[in-house]
Amino acid sequence: MTARRAGRQLHGGKVTYAVLILFTAGSLFPLLWTAVAASRNNTRLAQTPPPFWFGGNLLKNLGTAWTDANMGTALLNTTVVATTVAAGTVIFSTVAGFAFAKLRFRAKRLLLLLVIGTMMVPPQLGVVPLFMTIAELEWTDHLQAVILPTLVSAFGVFFMRQYLLQALPTELIEAARTDGANSWRVVWHIVFPAARPAMAVLGLLTFVQAWNDFFWPIIALTQNGSPTVQVALTGLGRGFIPDQSVIMAGALLGTLPLLVAFVLFGKQIVGGIMQGAVKG
Amino acid sequence: MAGRTPRSAPSAATPAPDPAATGSSGRAGADPGPGPAGGTGRTAADRARERRSRRYRRDLRWSPYAFIAPFFLFFAAFGLFPLLYTGWAALHRVELTAPTDMEWAGLRNFTRLLGDDFFWNALGNTFVIGVISTVPQLLMALGIAHLLNYRLRGSTFFRVALLTPYATSVAAATLVFVLLFGRDYGLVNWLLSTVGIDGPDWENGSWSAKLAVSTIVIWRWTGYNALIYLAAMQAIPHDLYESAALDGASRWQQFRYVTVPSLRPTILFTCVVSTIGAMQLFGEPLLFSGSAGATGGADHQYQTLGLYLYEQGWVNLHLGRASAIAWTMFLILLVIAAVNALIARRLRSDD
Repeated sequence: MTARRAGRQLHGGKVTYAVLILFTAGSLFPLLWTAVAASRNNTRLAQTPPPFWFGGNLLKNLGTAWTDANMGTALLNTTVVATTVAAGTVIFSTVAGFAFAKLRFRAKRLLLLLVIGTMMVPPQLGVVPLFMTIAELEWTDHLQAVILPTLVSAFGVFFMRQYLLQALPTELIEAARTDGANSWRVVWHIVFPAARPAMAVLGLLTFVQAWNDFFWPIIALTQNGSPTVQVALTGLGRGFIPDQSVIMAGALLGTLPLLVAFVLFGKQIVGGIMQGAVKG
Repeated sequence: MAGRTPRSAPSAATPAPDPAATGSSGRAGADPGPGPAGGTGRTAADRARERRSRRYRRDLRWSPYAFIAPFFLFFAAFGLFPLLYTGWAALHRVELTAPTDMEWAGLRNFTRLLGDDFFWNALGNTFVIGVISTVPQLLMALGIAHLLNYRLRGSTFFRVALLTPYATSVAAATLVFVLLFGRDYGLVNWLLSTVGIDGPDWENGSWSAKLAVSTIVIWRWTGYNALIYLAAMQAIPHDLYESAALDGASRWQQFRYVTVPSLRPTILFTCVVSTIGAMQLFGEPLLFSGSAGATGGADHQYQTLGLYLYEQGWVNLHLGRASAIAWTMFLILLVIAAVNALIARRLRSDD
């Protein structure tokens, strides 16, 4: 090992690969095993040794989960919720991030501090009045009950601000202003195009988060109303259907869309988390 | 901001440049009284320009607020108001069946909590599960990040694969682990039996249940934290390692004396985030019990504060008490934040 090659340019050795493969296997195994268990039947799951390879019951179990746990409706609801929340968060965060990054206004620093401060407040703490409010509005079991409270995100605002500080040249905005564009036109024609990569990443991260949100949906929605996938899964787990292989089929259904997203956009999602980490 | 005047294309096209009007600031021009050139100088084009410039200034001044307004409006409605109202509700007797019927109770909800064994039990469980999930998780994440920081073939694959648990929901993950930790036919106990260990009844043991719940948390979040550490590691200047290597530092010493100190702010950040996450632990213990509901096991052995809040509010229907628990959690978080700020300052003054 020469001194010049030391540090992070160093190539990983065999041990590095071995350990990483071990951890990767640990990360992937429960997911793989979900699929294995979902393709078996309940009797087989109640035997030792546990199954390690796929059986022939996958489609049957998926079908049962689909009908008994209302998975079709749940998936549709979750898609609506996650898409709306992601779109809302991205748009609101981009315009607010733009204002904080590039515009001048009174109390800007204070307001930005407030945004960052709100990141520290966990949503659980306001859950009682939130529930009282949506009960009062008769929104229980309606999707807006889970969409509206998560439509903006402090992390999103901060994330977009950090991105736009660098990615958006101030001269470009001034040039547009010189040509007579007002702020809204600037946002539409300059900020949105410049922010597109960060918007995509924030959208993906928000989508994953909204898809997996658990605490609030389980309070605001029921299995019999319009459940999200997570609420429907709770019903499975609480023994509405005692068949373990069907429960696993349900879990698989709820996870599959995000796994597909990970295969397609994994690199961007990873990049987004790392970017948010450095700058956050 | 340079542009005090709009310098728009149509204004450049006005035929006779009126030096007095153009030179004056918008405000003076808007006042017709002391106009220097009398009435003749104010053509229609002038007035149009005037309007434009006024609209322009109004736009500059107010649009920033319009841009940040949605965030603050939504936050006020769904973040700040509920938080404050929780404090108010905590001082009342409120039942889920009639949420508008609030009866003043003073601090009774809080004093009740102090004498409530289940509250202390939940607090202790939250602390224990928090520690045994957060500490190994962050240590492993640090190690993995260090390995990922080497030049690797398929580094993208490793990163994405290690992050996939993050894409799995609490519900899906917990349901799988319930099966894996099954007493009689679970994979974990089968594996233990192959090496001659009689596996515990994971759900019903006090420690084994906490361990199992922690495993779910560790599984879901280690890769995520590893990526955060990796990002911070890549920001460490390369020459720090070079000079350390020139001084004869081994790989371990480089990790210990270059990487870890440079990562201190990030480590602190992940500690805070994980602590907040641990305080809120809810889905894992709720679903780990299968049909048992919100008690967190037959002996409440893995009931967390989040779960206890839920049980008080939505199973026992005492919203006032649930609010008191929420505010207690908030106060604990404030203490954690303060301690964190203190440590951060101490660290900074060390550098």
